[in-house]
Amino acid sequence: MHVSRTHPGSHRTGRGADATGPLRTLTHVTTDAPALLPALEARVRETAHALTPACPCGAATLADRPDATVVRHAGTVAKAHAADADPAELALRVTAASRLPGVLLPPLAPAPAVLHGRLVTFWPHGTPVDPDDPDAAPWEAAATLLARLHRTPAPTAVPAMRGPAKAALAVARLRATAPGHPATAPVLRAWSALPGWARGASAPPDTTTLCHGDLHLGQLIRHPAPDGPWLLIDVDDLGTGVPAWDLARPAAWYACGLLPPEEWHRFLTAYRAAGGPAVPADGDPWPALDVPARALTAQTAARAVTKAVLADRPLDEVECSLVDACARMAAVRPAGPQGRGRVSPQ
Amino acid sequence: MQCPKCHAPMHTYNRNGVQIEQCSGCRGIFLDYGELESLTRLEAQWSQPAPPPPAAPQAYPAAPAPAWGAPHGGHGHYGHHRHKSFGRMLFSS
Repeated sequence: MHVSRTHPGSHRTGRGADATGPLRTLTHVTTDAPALLPALEARVRETAHALTPACPCGAATLADRPDATVVRHAGTVAKAHAADADPAELALRVTAASRLPGVLLPPLAPAPAVLHGRLVTFWPHGTPVDPDDPDAAPWEAAATLLARLHRTPAPTAVPAMRGPAKAALAVARLRATAPGHPATAPVLRAWSALPGWARGASAPPDTTTLCHGDLHLGQLIRHPAPDGPWLLIDVDDLGTGVPAWDLARPAAWYACGLLPPEEWHRFLTAYRAAGGPAVPADGDPWPALDVPARALTAQTAARAVTKAVLADRPLDEVECSLVDACARMAAVRPAGPQGRGRVSPQ
Repeated sequence: MQCPKCHAPMHTYNRNGVQIEQCSGCRGIFLDYGELESLTRLEAQWSQPAPPPPAAPQAYPAAPAPAWGAPHGGHGHYGHHRHKSFGRMLFSS
């Protein structure tokens, strides 16, 4: 067992890599700078060896995408953030992670380093959710962690949560990549009906609640591995904003008929039981969820259509269900502060 | 044309084949005679294929869902096995 003070874990990315399991290298290598990956591997080895002198050197590339390159060496994970990551903002987000024990995985080093022009942060490894067994997804833990995050005053000044800005980016890519695709028009129509804050075009109505900004099942790890408590990882989009955004991806999956009602019910019930402020304690949560869930549906649809066009393939059944939901949104106005209203008389 | 309320220029948009004028300043909308009725008729036709989720019999207490949601109650893509594509989606931004 090579786990000592620090433990395996992943950064939205630790698919299939756990404390003792086989290490996998993702095959889709997209690092722009060829020198970054070897340098990052050397750096994580150095950091791991400082923590674990008798290191068996289990190493793996957990992710290598334009927005993040993540490598693991024994119990240490190094993440090279997106080339355009803002140093001051990232430092604030990492600091916040170091001050929210029991909610966010704390970093190994308090400040980002610079390597080949990229900001790099170091984290203990933990056990991710098994991507081959999503039925074992810890919906209650995810909801409880979010409720705690949303209830905690920001421990330091943090920038705005980046969810809406990331959604806007996905829609901009759709516009540029697939202007003539038949799915593009309904997605853009759903997107343009949203209020400005949900499109990243104006300030959000909530500027104090701390939010994760990019919740999905890859953002949870057990630390210490293999059966420590669940924690949230990936602070790249962390910041203040509308907390319903963090519930909106599961909400969108449920609304699109992808996530079974039982799982959505478990998630929502656990969030409410933990006193989460994003939705009322009982009754219909949709007046609060409607706008963020529309935005996440449009974002996910935009990414799906963009990927399908780049791969020159048709949309699959799941992707079509996202586009269909966008098309249905045209008939119903987004919820305002007073709730939602139908456009057309029935 | 100019907005009768704030006097900013108005731009013409085509919505479902109906020309409408929207003010670039106050975002107010001007409709010609009969256009509101045309829009209402078109919107009603558009939404007909997608009625709100029916109160389908479920073993679980029916959770509220948005009106734009997929009809639940047997037509979802979930079931005994998850669609692979959704399995990947669960783990990605």
